[in-house]
Amino acid sequence: MIAGRTGAWEVVIGLEVHAQIISKAKLFSGAATDFGAEPNTQVSPVDAAFPGMLPVINRVCVEQAVKTGLGLETEVNLKSVFERKNYFYPDLPPGYQISQYAEPLARAGRLILDMSEGTTRTIGITRLHMEQDAGKSLHDQEPGKTHVDLNRAGVALMEIVSEPDLRSAEEVGIYLRKLRAILRALGTCDGNMEEGSLRCDANVSVRRPGEPLGTRCEIKNVNSIRFLMQAVDYEARRQIEILEEGGRVEQETRLFDSARGTTRPMRLKEEAHDYRYFPDPDLVPLLLDPAWVEEIRRSLPELPDARKARFIKEYGLTPADAAILSGEEATARLFEAAARGRDPKIAANWVMVELFGALNRKGLGIENSPVSGESLGRLLDLIADGTISGRIAKEVFAEMAETGADPAAIVEAKGLRQVSDAGAIEAAIEAVLAREAEKVGEYKSGREKLFGYFVGQVMRATGGKANPALVNALLKKKLAR
Amino acid sequence: MALDKRTVARIASLARIRVEAEELEALAGELSQILAWVEELNAVDTRGVLPMASAAVSRLPMREDHVTDGGCREAILQNAPKSAKGFFVVPKVVE
Repeated sequence: MIAGRTGAWEVVIGLEVHAQIISKAKLFSGAATDFGAEPNTQVSPVDAAFPGMLPVINRVCVEQAVKTGLGLETEVNLKSVFERKNYFYPDLPPGYQISQYAEPLARAGRLILDMSEGTTRTIGITRLHMEQDAGKSLHDQEPGKTHVDLNRAGVALMEIVSEPDLRSAEEVGIYLRKLRAILRALGTCDGNMEEGSLRCDANVSVRRPGEPLGTRCEIKNVNSIRFLMQAVDYEARRQIEILEEGGRVEQETRLFDSARGTTRPMRLKEEAHDYRYFPDPDLVPLLLDPAWVEEIRRSLPELPDARKARFIKEYGLTPADAAILSGEEATARLFEAAARGRDPKIAANWVMVELFGALNRKGLGIENSPVSGESLGRLLDLIADGTISGRIAKEVFAEMAETGADPAAIVEAKGLRQVSDAGAIEAAIEAVLAREAEKVGEYKSGREKLFGYFVGQVMRATGGKANPALVNALLKKKLAR
Repeated sequence: MALDKRTVARIASLARIRVEAEELEALAGELSQILAWVEELNAVDTRGVLPMASAAVSRLPMREDHVTDGGCREAILQNAPKSAKGFFVVPKVVE
């Protein structure tokens, strides 16, 4: 909900995600799919649309798409149909894209958003279908010319369309991260937005709460989650401004300008889209053997939602913490390595507070964490067995984050081992109490709050290395005399 | 179903076929006749008959996920109107 000058507006967003299927060869040809190859070196005569070439579908691409459909809890259609979507562009040699239209591979799924408050929201998945990618056009290589590389032409994509169920830029971000985590867990798309293996268009409209849907604009050309959130926010505000001025929103396609953080209409108004879809006569309908679909279903790995439920049940985490730790495969793996055989709530805290903090400061992703789950676990062991205090552990952790060194080695090298020698601690206590005779007097006459002060002084005197529990116990005994 | 000149002009433009204005009338007539001829098929009762996608194959043949093609840039580019540095080169299309 966005507050305008004339009242509240509801933002309505639906997303179309194009996810590149992980496969060695293309959807309908035997050419390779590697990213970053020399231009036009991964092009077969099928991809370049030479006369007489016929498409033959790649079994693994179908399997990957089915797997994704199952992971998004869709109904997988045992019969789906490939159609030709006709339009002219230099990076589309045949003049049509093979896609699915009236009968897609899968429909009616759902994706659960884990909201920051620990609650969830369910977003409908309208459909998932397979299609070919187009080639790449470069407009800046030579004045007046467009250079075309067909390496990407014919690579298998899944188009995943959501219902217009999203209500804010924040939800858009959560949706995309969740979808990416699911795709990665399934191993069906690497989710790399920079390389274009995950691309997203957003349909944005605004309305007064409870009213029918407003006119929507489609935003294209966004290559990061952060930019998409920015684009959605900008676009919603732009539309609200128009409506509050008494204007009308034009239905159009807009491009996001990441340098300015704004959207602008595409320069060339396309002729109203008329793709003249019709079933591709080169491809008979795709009929799936139900037994094969079941086999794929049984092969599904644990997905983020199941993992979250398991984290709540097995480790006793709150739903909010479980959502954070289970969302990304890498985070989940690191947490479990740290938590295994230890107090999971303590492990969760260390991951979410200390580790995430350190990664944030260094601008690193969890995949590049200098601290592994195993070494974090060994640090927790050092706290649990009394070798170091929790306070010293933070110091050790900071060092681990810097150097990636083993916690025990750091403790030894820096002499941080906790003092649990009662004699040494008693000596420190006596020194402090002798120095603070006045405060001891106040304490004994009832200012019990001073106890914490004494603890602090003893800790300081021991360089923070004294076992805090022992300090507490011994100090109580001494002061009771 | 009869096509008017405007529809024919639109179909031609979508198909990137140049049709001169004076040809539209005749084309509209011919295309309408073709459609009328195909529409005769509507007389057949197809209730309960599944659509047939092909007379030759009933099941979509599949390939294994092996790289068996590509790596033939020179051959591919031989048919390009113009090429440079391994790219197809075409008149600028602006987005």
